[in-house]
Amino acid sequence: MTPDSTNTWPPTCSTALLHQRAALYQTIRYFFADKQVLEVDTPALSSAASCDVNLDSFSTQRAFNADQRLYLQTSPEFAMKRLLASGSGSIYQIAKSFRQGESGRFHNPEFTLLEWYRVGFSMADLMAEVIELLMQCFGRNIDVYTLSYAQLFQQKTAIDPHDTTVDELIAYARAQGHPEAASICGNSLSNALDYLFSQYIQPNLKKNIVYLVTDYPVCMAMLAKLGDQQPVSAKRFEVYFNNIELANGYEELTDVKQQQARFEAELKQRKNSSASVVPMDENLLAALASGLPECSGVALGLDRLLMLISGVESIDEVLTFPINRA
Amino acid sequence: MATYNTSEFKGGLKIMMDNDPCSIVENEFVRPGKGPAFSRVKIRNLKTGRVIDRTFKSGETVEAADVMETEMAYLYNDGEFWHFMDETTYEQVSADAVAVGETSKWLKEQDKCTVMLWNGAPLSVVAPNFVELAITDTDPGLKGDTSGGGGKPATLETGAVVRVPLFVQIGEVIKVDTRTGEYSARAKS
Repeated sequence: MTPDSTNTWPPTCSTALLHQRAALYQTIRYFFADKQVLEVDTPALSSAASCDVNLDSFSTQRAFNADQRLYLQTSPEFAMKRLLASGSGSIYQIAKSFRQGESGRFHNPEFTLLEWYRVGFSMADLMAEVIELLMQCFGRNIDVYTLSYAQLFQQKTAIDPHDTTVDELIAYARAQGHPEAASICGNSLSNALDYLFSQYIQPNLKKNIVYLVTDYPVCMAMLAKLGDQQPVSAKRFEVYFNNIELANGYEELTDVKQQQARFEAELKQRKNSSASVVPMDENLLAALASGLPECSGVALGLDRLLMLISGVESIDEVLTFPINRA
Repeated sequence: MATYNTSEFKGGLKIMMDNDPCSIVENEFVRPGKGPAFSRVKIRNLKTGRVIDRTFKSGETVEAADVMETEMAYLYNDGEFWHFMDETTYEQVSADAVAVGETSKWLKEQDKCTVMLWNGAPLSVVAPNFVELAITDTDPGLKGDTSGGGGKPATLETGAVVRVPLFVQIGEVIKVDTRTGEYSARAKS
């Protein structure tokens, strides 16, 4: 849908989609009420930001206090983990999230995440619950493939993602006619893995099947715990449906020292790249230090889920006012 | 030098790639997992017509191609070049066989064509959707009184061969749809 610049006041979604979104939220709220998972509401503004080198936060200042920079959350993860550490028990939130520079058929800089945390759940427990929720949202059974990141990666590229180098991955992209991968990925192994996955694997996934991709290479652990089997992998999973990346989950890292080391490594990467340097979330680290219960958590893109449910082609068709009408 | 960055990419945008003028066919913003953002773009090389896939780092800039489409009248062919004239400025350009390509078989003097110019030189020529051309040869023995049925081949004054109904004869002027290369109707004289 190309917005007509002279007529930008009406919404880009139909009234039917407004109803579908409301029905979806109701399904989600019933689902969690039934399981006694508590709905919470945490602030979208924070004094700290995600350190992830590929995430760029919106930032703003307070009136009369220009030194205090505030950041719009890229997801509600940090605030929700502080609640978990304070003893909230299992929680969920439907949260507006914000990421700079993301605009396209599947992206809008402001979007809605469903994020939830289950105390005492393993990654496998949470994956089963994700599927249960998706079936309720779609109102039907769906076929599910569960396979490891390495299985999927090797099937297509014959490269072992746990034992590879940036050079090997870039050489594969070059052989596929994309020498520019070298400049896009830089010297980052996780960038090169992500590039290959999204260029050569994700577009070739089968339709009408939910893919649960598990056990990521250590360099892509983000906030996930590491497994204790060889090769060491991160207890992270992603959900793909009809070639769309729908959700990302972790068996959460509870070790404050490891988490702090990962943040510091990310901040170092930011300094070495063009990304702005942002404050790491000391409140999150303090919460981890005081004790985060063993738990698993997942963030699911609700706008994309609505696209899949309603079968539309562009995120604009499920949003009221996408960024160029906001 | 004009440039575009990836956030300005959209279908129809003319950019320079590998020193050739190209047109963006399709653009998709990609952000894998938590990985690097890039644009996945289908690009048509306007010289060769070939479509390729490329990816661009988000925020990367590319040079704009000075490409424009103008309506021009076809003047004549000198054996090597086809000459066209802009009827408002009277400026003339000459296009070689690569630029004219298959379109040459529909070109008739004074017809208005769409000429794509790159830095002022023709890249490609599109004939009008419908052209009227006289039949120079067709089998007169085959007779029929309806426009249905299989038809027969007819050679036109430009050398093009199209299938025409049986009742159409040498010397008649017909209307041809250049997009499909099919006979459309007998021209009204």
